[in-house]
Amino acid sequence: MNAIVTVIGKDRVGITASVCALLAKYNINILDITQTVLQDYFTMVMLVDASDSTAPIAELSDVLAKAGEEQALSIRIQREDIFQAMHRI
Amino acid sequence: MINQNEIMETIHMIDQQHLDVRTITMGIDLLSCAHSDVKVSCTKIYDKITRYAENLVSTGEAIEKEFGIPIVNKRISVTPISLVAAAAETDSYVPYAIALDKAAKATGVNFIGGFSALVQKGMTDSDRKLIASIPEALATTDIVCSSVNVGSTKAGIDMDAVALMGRTVKDLAQRTADQGGFGCAKLVVFCNAVEDNPFMAGAFHGVGEAERVINVGVSGPGVVHHALQAVKGQPFDVVAETIKKTAFRITRVGQLVAQEASRRLNTPFGIVDLSLAPTPAVGDSVARILEEMGLEVCGTHGTTAALAMLNDAVKKGGVMASSHVGGLSGAFIPVSEDEGMIAAAASGALSLDKLEAMTCVCSVGLDMIAIPGDTPAETISAIIADEAAIGMVNCKTTAVRVIPAPGCKVGDTVEFGGLLGSAPVQPVHPWSAKAFVDRGGRIPAPLHSLKN
Repeated sequence: MNAIVTVIGKDRVGITASVCALLAKYNINILDITQTVLQDYFTMVMLVDASDSTAPIAELSDVLAKAGEEQALSIRIQREDIFQAMHRI
Repeated sequence: MINQNEIMETIHMIDQQHLDVRTITMGIDLLSCAHSDVKVSCTKIYDKITRYAENLVSTGEAIEKEFGIPIVNKRISVTPISLVAAAAETDSYVPYAIALDKAAKATGVNFIGGFSALVQKGMTDSDRKLIASIPEALATTDIVCSSVNVGSTKAGIDMDAVALMGRTVKDLAQRTADQGGFGCAKLVVFCNAVEDNPFMAGAFHGVGEAERVINVGVSGPGVVHHALQAVKGQPFDVVAETIKKTAFRITRVGQLVAQEASRRLNTPFGIVDLSLAPTPAVGDSVARILEEMGLEVCGTHGTTAALAMLNDAVKKGGVMASSHVGGLSGAFIPVSEDEGMIAAAASGALSLDKLEAMTCVCSVGLDMIAIPGDTPAETISAIIADEAAIGMVNCKTTAVRVIPAPGCKVGDTVEFGGLLGSAPVQPVHPWSAKAFVDRGGRIPAPLHSLKN
């Protein structure tokens, strides 16, 4: 099952590395990454494959949110379906 | 693949514009729980509700996390209790309300609706018992909601029931006087009530419905407001298009959540209700959308036209996004639950008369309006009759949920808290309608009800 991971916050060294390490820990494969930094504001969107994830998405959502809080970032994972539903007929 | 802008747009809608799914409501048929012994019947009701809705809240929470969209309420609607209790040998239906309250609390939902009677053409003995039980039932329970349908386009208006409901509202307000008459926030008087409405306080599971069903109500006034800020000064054609596109997206989310909940709970999907349901939070107001269209304040001249356009565009945009649309579907205009409406009413710009006009073109009726505590029962009945007449003639649902706040006068504010917000006490006309209401009988159905 595909999901979208978004990371938003103030830019600094190591954001991408820490999020990727966390995803790898749960056996989640990253399929695509886009990232922009606008006026020190960091935005990263990842398309990930969570089919072989060692934890359900609902649990990952909590884990990522907590990791985000610790680093003053907003990190979330959402099933891709919601974006498909809203933006594609 | 979905591009980054689209993803961020969705996230902003959820984070900053209050996009949410307002409610997942499970409708449960209780006709199988009828029994001559009240205790047996109530036990059956408790068992059935807790069995069917056991996983409703946990499933809702799981979906919420996976899709990253808040699902604000999980609720239950049941078969009108006047039908379920008809076989019972009792004069009071309060034990049924208590059983519903207990069962709902056991499942973790925040409201249960269906302490209801459908009396548009006349009252059975059971209907009378139910209505007589409403004040005590709602005063002694916490999360039970009640509704009574007093009219329809097909049947006309049952003026005996209208008179009775005026007195019932007053009685209920008195019994919950210590909470500002809060009990009245849990009671809706309908005309043309729908059987698949997922929104409280008027939800019940109609007799034409399946054994159990999942209905979903969407929301999103903040998203529509935000979208309209980008088309300032442009013609109404553009405004309508913008609302339609936004409503489409909002509804697609509702449809997705509804299908997922239906699958996981192994319960058939019923409908998505395309309603713009506001909350008292800043940025989640229907009134502010109307003001964004160019009105200085909601309630001034032009408000009815603005609301008519909004209501229509929401439906047109939403209808293609869902396989089954139902419920009330339109813009809600509750006063106490909408930050912009509260401000407009408090400033005196939004009167009860203007609200009545607005109900001709929106999805429901006079909703969550506080009126002076000394308003006579007959005046409340007359307000109900006016609203029912609008519904009957225009073939639409209308409702009255007014709170005659005990001890309160015009200018006071009644606090309900949470999603129910606060309401400035609004004036009603001082002239009596007693002789009108005392006539009783039935107002005949309009000519255009004869469609066969």
